[in-house]
Amino acid sequence: MYDYLVSVFLMMGALYVVIAHGNLVKKVIGLGMFSTAVFILYITIGKVEGGTAPILEEGVTVYSNPLPHVLILTAIVVGVATTAVGLSLAVRIKAAYGTVEEDEITEMNLQAEEAGQDGTEDES
Amino acid sequence: MLVVLAPLVAAPAIVLIGRARAAWHLALAAVVASFAAACAIAWKVSREGAIDYALGGWEAPWGIAYHVDFLGALVLLTVTGIAVAVVTYARPSVEREIPESRRYYFYGCLMLCLAGLLGMTITGDVFNLFVFLEISSLSSYALIGMGRDRRALNAAFQYLVMGTIGASFILIGIGFMYMMTGTLNMADLAVRLPEVADTRTIRAGFAFLTVGIGLKVALFPLHLWLPNVYAYAPSVVSAFLGATATKVAVYALLRIMLGIFGVEFSLGEMPLHALLVGLGSLGVVSASLVAVFERNVKRMLAYSSVAQVGYMVLGIGLANTDGVTASILHIFNHALMKGALFLALGAVMYRIGSVHIRDLAGLGRRMPLTAAAILVAGLSLIGVPGTVGFVSKWYLVLGALESGLWPLAALVLFGSILALIYIWRLVEVVWFERPAADAPAIDEAPLQMLAPILVLAFANLYFGINTDLTAGLAQRAAEALLEVNR
Repeated sequence: MYDYLVSVFLMMGALYVVIAHGNLVKKVIGLGMFSTAVFILYITIGKVEGGTAPILEEGVTVYSNPLPHVLILTAIVVGVATTAVGLSLAVRIKAAYGTVEEDEITEMNLQAEEAGQDGTEDES
Repeated sequence: MLVVLAPLVAAPAIVLIGRARAAWHLALAAVVASFAAACAIAWKVSREGAIDYALGGWEAPWGIAYHVDFLGALVLLTVTGIAVAVVTYARPSVEREIPESRRYYFYGCLMLCLAGLLGMTITGDVFNLFVFLEISSLSSYALIGMGRDRRALNAAFQYLVMGTIGASFILIGIGFMYMMTGTLNMADLAVRLPEVADTRTIRAGFAFLTVGIGLKVALFPLHLWLPNVYAYAPSVVSAFLGATATKVAVYALLRIMLGIFGVEFSLGEMPLHALLVGLGSLGVVSASLVAVFERNVKRMLAYSSVAQVGYMVLGIGLANTDGVTASILHIFNHALMKGALFLALGAVMYRIGSVHIRDLAGLGRRMPLTAAAILVAGLSLIGVPGTVGFVSKWYLVLGALESGLWPLAALVLFGSILALIYIWRLVEVVWFERPAADAPAIDEAPLQMLAPILVLAFANLYFGINTDLTAGLAQRAAEALLEVNR
């Protein structure tokens, strides 16, 4: 089954994107790819050799398993919510720091640490 | 199943109402209802044994089932109890730390997070577990992002990235299990897994699940998200997550590794035993060492949390009754101590506006009751006899000796010494140093905040002396977990 290969390839690629990129928005994109890879994996599990779509019809006895589809519907919703939260956090980080590059943010945090601030000052 | 329903329904209602004061009242009503329901469930479980409930009347394994046993009842009680304390306490603290326009969102998210954690505890379906896990995680990202410092945003983002990868790993693991067994029901899985356990698919699924839950537990090398999250989140959130979130994840680890895969597979065939013991001990030592040098008290406690999670995982890795009892007991006990400590720090934050160790000088004279709570919970963290911390460490040492691993027993003692060092630093500053000359005069925290702190601190002592209830329940839960699969 090629689907498994595709899924694994996407998964590894996505993981690489998440780890290697310092841009927070790109990280969110990577996460989206990662969950899509998992969706493909699930859909592949549900396929039954020679089966059709799971709709009751005359003359058909072999159906694909609909349960993984239903599960993945839930997981897609979760994925959308995750992307939304991630992006809105990125927007607020941009507003607070003026950048979405991770290394610049880390730099600013380090400076704050050295200045002896302990996380109690107001954002503004 | 009112336990989950109350906070879950309260969350959207709170957002619809959209007024901070009404939101708080509603949240309080929801957690109290949830706590009462948890008490009722615990009572029923202790008399009649495990409860099963089929959602919507669909019998397992087709429908989603809820399943509560001794272990689940204990965790339910812990989480709802902490929630009651935290929500009671929340109002003054939230008024100080969160702008008015966002307050009702805050309570809404808090309720969602609670509903997710409770759902994880009582569900009997692995996919349902994933969904509840994501509910609680997503709302906790939002809660953390409400911290005042901008570093809170960064911490929340890091947690989001790692948490999502962890959750996806869990999802993949569940997928592999479903592939081989065709079921998602936990009890059903436990029956069918042994037949197919010797396949690469199940082994891979097992590995994915271990890593995914390990991320949520903050198991040693996967703990990087935790310190910043606890340090920069609003005080209420630190207290709530610190006392409940990782504990529920440890519970999920117990349920999946021992409950579903079974002791023989998890700890015999797969090298989880060595992994958990090794990483647990590394976590205890390294996190404690970092805590010794940390100057931000909230972050110090966060590292100490990583160390405490190390103890729990260590207990599971030992895989004998005493070790698992210690883990379960520590879930409960650690919630008490960290709850008390983080709430007390929240009160300090409320009055002083800082949790840096140099600003806490002479706190014992200025806020004696809060400082006393810090002392009691701190002693408990070290594991001084007479406090809850001692009880769980006692069982852990017993478990280690039973397995003939005396170096581990020594390690537990060494970890306690490190805890002694970092807690002593705090206690010394709080009680023995004079306040800086220019320090503003401050009062004790308001009663509404003080009461939950003192109740939790008192519980630290009470359950440390009267161990029958918790230790008895934990021991029965441990025996049940280890027996089922023999």
